[in-house]
Order: sequence, then structure tokens, then C-alpha cells
Amino acid sequence: MSEKELAHKSVEYRKKILKYIYQAKAGHTGGSLSCIDILNVLYNYTMNVDALHFDSPDRDRYIQSKGHTVEALYVVLASRGFFPESDLETLCKYQSHYIGHPTRKVHGIEQNTGALGHGLSLSVGTAIAGKMDKRDYRVFTVLGDGELPEGSNWEAALSAAHYKLDNLCAILDKNGLQISGPTHDVCNTDPVDQKFEAFGWSVRHVDGHNIAELMEAFDAVPFEKGKPSLIIAHTVKGKGISYMENQLKWHHGVPDSKQYADAIQELDLLEETLP
Amino acid sequence: MEEIVDATIENIAVTNRANLEVFSATLQHLAETDRDIIVVTSDSRGSGKLVPFGQKFPEQIVEIGIAEQNLVGVSAGLASTGKKVFAVSPACFLTARALEQIKNDVAYSNNPVKLIGISAGVSYGALGSTHHSLHDFAVLRTINNMIIVAPADNFETEQAIRLAAETNVPVYIRFGKKQMPLLSESEKSFEFGKGRIVREGSDLTIIATGETVAPGLKAAEQLENDHNISATVVSMHTIKPLDYKLLASVATSGNPIITIEEHSVYGGLGEACASFLIQNGYHNRFKIIGIPDEYTVTGSQQEIFNHYGISGDGIAAAALGLCR
Repeated sequence: MSEKELAHKSVEYRKKILKYIYQAKAGHTGGSLSCIDILNVLYNYTMNVDALHFDSPDRDRYIQSKGHTVEALYVVLASRGFFPESDLETLCKYQSHYIGHPTRKVHGIEQNTGALGHGLSLSVGTAIAGKMDKRDYRVFTVLGDGELPEGSNWEAALSAAHYKLDNLCAILDKNGLQISGPTHDVCNTDPVDQKFEAFGWSVRHVDGHNIAELMEAFDAVPFEKGKPSLIIAHTVKGKGISYMENQLKWHHGVPDSKQYADAIQELDLLEETLP
Repeated sequence: MEEIVDATIENIAVTNRANLEVFSATLQHLAETDRDIIVVTSDSRGSGKLVPFGQKFPEQIVEIGIAEQNLVGVSAGLASTGKKVFAVSPACFLTARALEQIKNDVAYSNNPVKLIGISAGVSYGALGSTHHSLHDFAVLRTINNMIIVAPADNFETEQAIRLAAETNVPVYIRFGKKQMPLLSESEKSFEFGKGRIVREGSDLTIIATGETVAPGLKAAEQLENDHNISATVVSMHTIKPLDYKLLASVATSGNPIITIEEHSVYGGLGEACASFLIQNGYHNRFKIIGIPDEYTVTGSQQEIFNHYGISGDGIAAAALGLCR
């Protein structure tokens, strides 16, 4: 997909995230809106994965460590044909497979996540297997900045560098907010770039809502041969909806009908301005 | 049961070796013809007797360092690609430190990692409670999609490792490092979820697991010789799924039942058996022998066993109390 098409896709995805969270009356709205541009570029531009060949041992893998923003992943997978979008009408409903965190019961999802601090270890194991089997696939994982204090992340970060996993790319969705406040107040992890570099990673910063920057960064992976790559994506929680942006209550806030209508209208206007 | 019985099974499971050594030998044997056998260790290749494996198959061992959460997460990632992954770490750390990874990354995600808890129970003896695993059956029993196995002797250990390699669901196997005698020369069947009757009797049933089957057999001999009480001894190597059919069959006789385990008396083999029996109308006299809910006494594994009655004498005394 071209940069222009991707930009339109991001607006479409934002509308769908809001639609299904609004219908389910549940979901992690703010974080889904902060990571959606990353997922859009990954699935529609960067990764070698598709619904028909999801069992291919050579497919690129995506493991979502910040599992709670699964709504973003669901709408992307639906648009890529992994399942009918109408399935999302059952989101979080009784007996639905479409629960509030990633589950392998949903076609296209690699690993069950939701407890924080798990995605990076799973990705390291998957990337080591790729090296063992001399396969060319790459492993991508999106981490939340709120989950970084989990010690298992740092255990995994050590292993990734120790095994020189340049087939592994982590993307930090650095929206700066977590459920009880700004991450720098809850448990400051900055300077996070220097920490990962000290652990042996190669690090780049991008504007996590700038499609061109994301495309360019993913094109450049691995940033250095023999090192895992970290993309620090500077994002805005609730991005795209003015009244949600950087507002803590939208961590898992659900819009009412008026708010939903306002949000869709805002996205319609945004879409009109796109080239 | 103290004499050495030569029971070579494909040149690996000679008897009277530590189950730990048999585990390591079996893995090496499997790896010779299967490049998908991968061992993952947390600075535990020495204590897991896996140094020769690492030397022979350097491409098939992944060292994580002392980081059990990562050990299990990485193992799950490897297993998701089709590797036959054995994650090897002391049982105490593996099943406590990395419990969330076991629950989510292995069991819930159905990444069929073979979790190997070495130096299980009170194998570490006087190193104390930090190194004991008296909780592992209890916590893992409550996790869906997990086979839990405690092989008793060299034969069961070899069979369990071979089966685990070919099993496409998560398995937890725990054993110690003590030399173990062969339980039975005649009973050569082994499958997960099927207890093995290693001694037939008519007055009492002793159901034991792991390294407590040997003292169970010893007690049965003492009871026969000294008190003319004839005991059946079951090696219930699989804690989950539990062999309900066998349980029902031994309970039907109405004979008293004693369970023995190197585990807390809470939540392990004994309570699993009791739960089945009481819910299915069996009212046999019943006794659970294990490690009581207290600050565990200091001592070697054998001394701890003796202290809590996990010995020929202790089990025989409990049996006499139950049979009177």
C-alpha cells in the first residue's frame, strides 16, 4: 500500500476501532488509537504475512505484547481478510472468541497475550527459531511504555542482544500514559533509548503517527547487523479524536452515543483533508 | 528393592541411576535423530546433567541465564515454530518464578513446551525452603491444558521423556537426583494418565508418585513380612490427568487407601484422589502422607522423608493405623 493509501486506511481503522468499542461498550480506546498507525504500516506495507498463508513457516510474525489494545489488531486483521469483519459485532460478548485480549482462537493471532511483559520473550524465542532454521522471517512486537517496568522485558532484552537477533524488531508505543497516570510519574523508564542501547539494541525514534516515518523506519530494519532493533514510536494516547487525546480517562473509556458521533464526524473531516 | 537390577532399555534406562541422569541420556538419544529437540536452560545445564548434551548438540541448546520468566517465554516462542522444546530449570524456580509464563505463554497459548522441573520436591534437602518445590502439583493442577508427571524410576523417566517429545500439548515433568531402583521388572507399560500397579495386594492400596513410590514398596514388603498385610502399590506417575479408572478399581475393593507424595499435603496427589473418591461415592478409609503445612525441617532429602513418615517404617505405621 502507498503512503497515501495507508493514511486513508488509518482513518478507516480509527472509525472501526471506535465503532466496535462503542458497540461492545468495552475496550481500550486510547491505546488502540495510539498504536493503530504502527499496525497499519506493519500489516499493509512491511510484513510478509497474509490470511491464506498464515501457516507458512516463512511468514513474518507479529506478537502484540500490549495485548489490551487488541481492538486495533482485530480491525487490521479483519481488513486483511483473516476473518469477516462482521465477527467483530460479537466483541466481548458471551461465548465470542473475540475477547478483550489477543487469543489464538482468532485467525491471524500468533500468541495469547494480555498479561504484560510477555511479548518480548515470546518474540525472542520465535526469532531464535528463525535463526536456527535459517529462515528469513522477521518478528515484530509492539510494547507499551506502561509495561516496561515488568522485569521480564529486560530479561528478554538481554537475550535478544545476546543472541544477536537482528531478525527481531520491537516497537515501543510511547504514548506516555498508563492507567493511573503519566508513565514518568508512575515509574519513569526514560531515557529508554539509552537503556536499550546499553542492553545491546539498535534504537531509532519516530513519530508514531507519521506514516512516512514509520515506513522508512521499518524499511531500515535491522538498523545494525547482529543487533535487535527498537523503534521508539512517539505517540498520542487517543490520537485522532480531539477530546480523547492525552486524556487518562480514555485508557479504557467507552464513548456514549454523542461522543461516538462527534468522533466519527471528526474523522470524516480529517479524511476530507487527506490527499 | 535395594539390589541393582539390570534393565537396559535401548541402552539408556539402566536402573539405579538418578532419574535426572536418565532424563539427560534420553534427551541425547532423541537429539541424535531429531534436530527439532531443543533444550533451554537457565544456567542449569550443570545441575540438569546437560553439559554433554550441550557439547554434542551446541546448535540445539539455548542458554538463557538465570531468568526463569524469560526461560519459559522464550521456550514458548520456540515451541510455536514446531520445535520440541525442553525447558529445564529447578522445579522450585520454574513453577513459582515463571508461573505466569507457564499459565499464559505455555498452557493458555498451547505452546507445547516440555517443562522439566529438576531437583524437585525436597531434593535440595538442607538448602531449605527456597529450593524446595512442594507447591508445583497444586498450582499446576489448576491450570488448564497441562499434563503433570512425576516419574518414579529410570524406566518411567525414560518413557515420560520420550512421550513428552512427541506430545503436542504442554507437559510438566518433575524428578529428583537420587538414585532410584527399578519398581517392576514385569510391568512395562507406560502412558500419561495411566497409573502402574507395581505390586499386587489384597488388604490395602498405597498410591504414590515420583520418588515416594520406592518407600511405598518398602512399606508394602514390611507389612507383608511383619504383619501379614498385603498391599497393592500404584505408581501414579501422572498427577493430571489422574487415572480415575484405576482409582475407582482399587477403591471398589473397600480396602483402605494411603497416598504418598513429595509435596505439600495440600493440593497434590492425595487431595486429587480424595476429591475423586468422595464425589463418586467411595468411602474407603483414607490417609494422605506428604509434607505438612509447616516450616520444613532441616535435613537431607532422606532425613526430611524420614521425619515426615515418607519411609518404609513411617508408611507401614500409617497403614497399620488405617487397617486396624
